[in-house]
Amino acid sequence: MSVFESLSLFLPELALVLGAMGLLIYGVFDDEAGEVVSLACVGLLLAATALVALGGGVDAEAFAGAFRIDAFSQFAKALIFGAAAFAILMSNEEREGSGVRRFEYPILITLAAVGMGLMVSANDLIALYMAIETQSLALYVLAAINRDSRRSTEAGLKYFVLGALSSGLLLYGASLVYGFTGATGFEAIARVATAEGASPGLVVGLVFMICGLAFKVSAAPFHMWTPDVYEGAPTPVTAFFAAAPKLAAMALFARALVGAFPEAISDWRPVIAMLAVASMAVGSFSAIVQTNVKRLLAYSSIGHMGFALVGLAAGTERGISGVLIYMAVYIVMTIGSFACVLLMRRQGGRTENISDLAGLAETDKSLALILGILLFSLAGVPPTGGFFGKLFVFGAAVEAGLVWLAIIGVLMSAVAAFYYLRIVKIMWFDDAAPAFVSGPGVRLGLMASLCAAIMLPGLLFLIGPLEQAATSAAAALF
Amino acid sequence: MTDFGDALSIPWLSLITFAPLAGALFIMLGRATAPRVDGGAIAPEALEDVDRNAKRVALLFTLGVFIISLFVYVAYYDPSLGGYQLVEESEWIAGVNYKMGVDGISVLFVLLTTFFFPICVIASWNSIKSRVADYMIAFLVMETLVIGVFCALDLIVFYLFFEGSLIPMFLVIGVWGSTGVKEFAGYRMPSRVYAAIKFFLFTFLGSVLMLVAILWMFAQTGTTDVPTLQQTAFPAGAQTWLWWAFFASFAVKMPMWPVHTWLPDAHVQAPTAGSVILAAILLKMGGYGFLRFSLPMFPIASADFAPVVFALSVIAIIYTSLVALAQEDMKKLIAYSSVAHMGFVTMGIFTGTKQGIEGALFQMVSHGFISGALFLCVGVVYDRMHTREISAYGGLVHRMPFYAFIFLFFTMGNVGLPGVSGFVGEFLTMAGAFKVNSWIAFFAAFGVILSAAYGLRLYRQVMFGELTKDALMTIPDVDARELSMLAVLMLFALYLGVYPHPALSVFSPSVDLLMNTYDAGRLIASGG
Repeated sequence: MSVFESLSLFLPELALVLGAMGLLIYGVFDDEAGEVVSLACVGLLLAATALVALGGGVDAEAFAGAFRIDAFSQFAKALIFGAAAFAILMSNEEREGSGVRRFEYPILITLAAVGMGLMVSANDLIALYMAIETQSLALYVLAAINRDSRRSTEAGLKYFVLGALSSGLLLYGASLVYGFTGATGFEAIARVATAEGASPGLVVGLVFMICGLAFKVSAAPFHMWTPDVYEGAPTPVTAFFAAAPKLAAMALFARALVGAFPEAISDWRPVIAMLAVASMAVGSFSAIVQTNVKRLLAYSSIGHMGFALVGLAAGTERGISGVLIYMAVYIVMTIGSFACVLLMRRQGGRTENISDLAGLAETDKSLALILGILLFSLAGVPPTGGFFGKLFVFGAAVEAGLVWLAIIGVLMSAVAAFYYLRIVKIMWFDDAAPAFVSGPGVRLGLMASLCAAIMLPGLLFLIGPLEQAATSAAAALF
Repeated sequence: MTDFGDALSIPWLSLITFAPLAGALFIMLGRATAPRVDGGAIAPEALEDVDRNAKRVALLFTLGVFIISLFVYVAYYDPSLGGYQLVEESEWIAGVNYKMGVDGISVLFVLLTTFFFPICVIASWNSIKSRVADYMIAFLVMETLVIGVFCALDLIVFYLFFEGSLIPMFLVIGVWGSTGVKEFAGYRMPSRVYAAIKFFLFTFLGSVLMLVAILWMFAQTGTTDVPTLQQTAFPAGAQTWLWWAFFASFAVKMPMWPVHTWLPDAHVQAPTAGSVILAAILLKMGGYGFLRFSLPMFPIASADFAPVVFALSVIAIIYTSLVALAQEDMKKLIAYSSVAHMGFVTMGIFTGTKQGIEGALFQMVSHGFISGALFLCVGVVYDRMHTREISAYGGLVHRMPFYAFIFLFFTMGNVGLPGVSGFVGEFLTMAGAFKVNSWIAFFAAFGVILSAAYGLRLYRQVMFGELTKDALMTIPDVDARELSMLAVLMLFALYLGVYPHPALSVFSPSVDLLMNTYDAGRLIASGG
């Protein structure tokens, strides 16, 4: 396959990269470029989403097997580009001077999205590492984009140092895997890493790689950076961090394990199961005592990664499809919740205290209803969308014989239900705090309502098609 | 049975299930279009209109659903058949279909539900003053979910409705519950909040294990279709833990001792209509679950663990009756008496005899009328005096003769006096238990005696004696609205008590089928 044929498979990414470069040059010359650039980036990302969604049914290798474009990568890319577009739209109603109104902000998100697009199609250790770094570098800068704020700068620095550490672990693991298999391509590794042939050195390499990837999905015990970075980064940036990169890292995780080590499942399944249990426990118990809504959502996302990892631990086709469904639902819930957090405006700035939500049902009924639906969905209470995510990952785990993991999972979801209920209680049962002031624009409100409507009742109707898409996406890995 | 054409052309059960939801949307629409002042809040004058319209819409829709459900029952339901009727099925997710249908076990619960919701709307007419529209929306949503529970013939669909019904009840208790402060684990919080969260977490925790069991059954059989699974013989070893997983869920819902502790809190804190729904309908979902799933799907485990259930039932009957004797709060007393009466239900179900199961079903229906009415009775005086303390009352018979008569009737029903429906259920369950083990029936009979003790004590302290308390001197008797609700309930309780045959004949064919499945399932085990 020639270079041009390979490139033609990356049409959406190419459009994004070239567009972002062009907009970068434009932004340098125009002082008022912020709004135009961000709308252009949204347009580019939505176009890329459409390109990916419409160009279904591809199954090809590009650049001599370094990347693989298949139903799995298309499914993940459509979600990633869509989530990135939403993240840019979220920042447009921010006040001036918070950093996210700079014209670099949408461009960095676009470039990060390109990195994520490469991540989910990476089919080779070197491509995997390059894609992760493309994404991560953009994310480090985004965390610190509000450079006049000490919190934001601190968040960026923490993210960078711990991210570099995790990349180091990943590289070390990858080099061990290369050393023991003599290959970097996933198929070639899979041929050597058979159930009998997996040497101890290879397993060590595998475990290091898993540790590095666990950092990226913020699975416990590699989660420590998450609450600090989420709290410190500007809220629209946090919303972006919590959505698209998690899906990209989870998809990469799935492809690396199922693509490169399908026979060695007995070696990595216990590790993933332990990560899942630890993440569910940390996410559920630590969130109970949080008072800052962004920190709470950080712990909540750690817990959600644990639930998604339950599906990965199953390691079956149904498990991977469960992971994809879970992540799709999770992204919508997360974007919706952060849109609600962005609407928590007070005179003179935004508040992040959970206690400020008190009595929201009296002061702003629609916001209370929207956030209520999203919280019940995050808790996984039927008939909201969050329940279906859990249904499919736990179903896959039970089918794969991991009944104990499913039991721990459902018990943890009951613990997690407590802290989501606590917020519902604050919103609906407590005496009203002063109302939030309404800010400019209606975009956030629309976004939050859309996400809530997808969770209830939308997904009751959409779950069938979503399940079919996720199943065919998962089938591409096997 | 009258012929109204092809019953299958209209999805009656879905219509009945989702019609209340349409009412809720209607109320939301009314609120969304209400005139607003600058700040975005609804203008105070308009708010009154919105609230009044919400009440009317809620009453209209709940009454309409009741009438439709009666019509469908009379026109299309054939009580001489035991199998599922009015079945609807459409594809949903791979392996999971949206499937609805009723049989003799569920059809009366559907009617009981559609019957009680208009009563709840009427009972809340004057007593709910804040956020009326939200309240009515919560009740309408709850009606949809509860009817869905009794109609669903697919485990996942059932689970959606079963768990979903927690959300509106949680909000009803937490938002419109009574005042009071509770100290818990060093935190001070309103006791309604404590009760709401306890209610949610207890039932949620109980049910999640059932979800794992459902997923396991799906993994084994590739379907969550209830009729199919009822005919599936699961291996005895698997039945054991599947049974316990389902048991955890239904025992909390029922509630059985020792996981009943959420119920007194929830009952006391809930507004009157919330208590009525909780006692009359929501508790029945547990017993229904045992009959629909545990017995036919896991017959071997059900027979094996029946002694455990008997022990827990007898403890519930005696222990909670004794606890009821010591209560100072009227609602709490009735709540504990509910736990005791549900003990008869679980005992009857797991006897595995026809009398026991029919008695349990009858007891559930009858308890729905009687305990629902008792909570309404408490609501009557609570609306006037704003206290549920038994000691705050006394000598009410002098001021409220009609009320005293009604209360006496339902107290006697609760005690199980022959002639009132409560007697039939208790008698049948004990007759069933006697066949299995006479000791169980012997101990359970103490529950009847104790229920007379606490019932009569409550009645004497509230109704008899001199009217000495100043606050009670001007208390008015029941008004027409209250009288109409309670009179209807009295008629039903009396009719079923004197002539239980109509209800029993509806149960009978389906219970026969259930017994066949249950016996066949156990025969497979003993025959190897």
